[in-house]
Amino acid sequence: MFETILEGFYQAFVLILSGDPEVFSVTLRSIYISGFATLLSSLWSLPIAILLGLSSFPGKRLLRGSFNAMLGIPTVVLGLILYLLLSRSGPLGIFRLLYTPLSISIGQAILITPIIVSFTSSALESTDIDLRDLARTLGASNSQMHLAIMRESAWGVVLSIIAAFNRAFAELGVAMMLGGNIRYVTRVLTTSIALETARGEIAFSLALAVILMIIVFSVTLLLNYLRRT
Amino acid sequence: MPTYLQMKNISKTYERIKALDSVSLSATDGGIVSLVGVNGSGKTTLLRIMAGLEEPDYGEVLFDDRKCEPQDLRQISTMVFQKNVMFNRKVCDNVAFGLRVRGYNKDETAIRVSDALESVRLDGFENRKARKLSGGEQQRVALARAFAIEPKILLLDEPTANLDPSNAIIIERAISAIIKRNSCIVILATHNLHQAKRLSDSIIHINSGKILEVADPKEFFANPKHEISNRFIKGELQF
Repeated sequence: MFETILEGFYQAFVLILSGDPEVFSVTLRSIYISGFATLLSSLWSLPIAILLGLSSFPGKRLLRGSFNAMLGIPTVVLGLILYLLLSRSGPLGIFRLLYTPLSISIGQAILITPIIVSFTSSALESTDIDLRDLARTLGASNSQMHLAIMRESAWGVVLSIIAAFNRAFAELGVAMMLGGNIRYVTRVLTTSIALETARGEIAFSLALAVILMIIVFSVTLLLNYLRRT
Repeated sequence: MPTYLQMKNISKTYERIKALDSVSLSATDGGIVSLVGVNGSGKTTLLRIMAGLEEPDYGEVLFDDRKCEPQDLRQISTMVFQKNVMFNRKVCDNVAFGLRVRGYNKDETAIRVSDALESVRLDGFENRKARKLSGGEQQRVALARAFAIEPKILLLDEPTANLDPSNAIIIERAISAIIKRNSCIVILATHNLHQAKRLSDSIIHINSGKILEVADPKEFFANPKHEISNRFIKGELQF
């Protein structure tokens, strides 16, 4: 077993250093699909987070609780629901999105919505309450005050977006059920790992897993570095 | 023509506790009105209503005989809080905040920031991180931030509480200087009676949400009209 793991690491470096075209295309596709999912999700998640973090309205606690509860949604369950919606006979079948990279992005965007909403709204809420009064007493309008608070909690917001990207990048259920793991089209790192493991290509799976982990850690480390500078 | 602030029958209740009970007062520019009273007497609530940060349950605020809503008050007044509150930015960005949200251009902003920092003797501190400064220096930045927007009403909530004497003196001198230069209405909430005596042109003693006495400082300290004021001056009232 230990030899297999070592072999996996060895193969990972060989694959990375030799510039294996399939590995590179799968890796780039994974980054592209999950990056687009993060961008897409941010479009609706950030306004919801601002609303939850900086405003008071009836039903706020319920809405917040719902997003917190959805943090742990199994990816395969979400994948199944979206599969039924997007399949030819489903209500959204006319868009023919199933087994396309866009369908994976949409699925991942929905999956990471609770992460961005919960983490960002918590970051906004945890800023010093007196800063809101300060902005207002200096003449800021509500939107200017919200922007100032957003800026104060910028790192919290960025962290939530990075955590969401990492979650999307490393998930399997949605990518497998909505993408179908089609070679050169919807195959991403996680679905490749599942496929190679099923084929018994453990060393190759490990190599892909190493690449996946390198990317996830690199993004986080880069963020930490930028925060310190 | 002097500007004129009036508060008429202001009442405010927080969870059944009456913070202000039908308070009326007036102030004109060019002098300092000190609000004195023990902790919890209603000074800060009154300032927050003047600043447009709280809405009174009853009563109205008028500026130059025109009724003002909280959003109007936020445009003509600014408040310096007792607690140091700084944006996590450089000193110059903190001082420029009020100018930027008001749409001042870069050149005008730079001039005003520089003047305001000079008035609190913090010239050269522009590029320092505001939150890394000492408590006294942060309070001076807060004062400069308020001066920069040249408010018509400047509200100061215990601006020198817990500060060392040298910072307190700088702040007091800066407040006196700004009145001479900008001629704004200054309301100073304090329970430092020496400070009230030194700086004020008029003293308002507030106790349990009600105004007990409005008087000239000399008159207030030499011959208080109300028994509670007398006990407050002697330090017999509990804080």
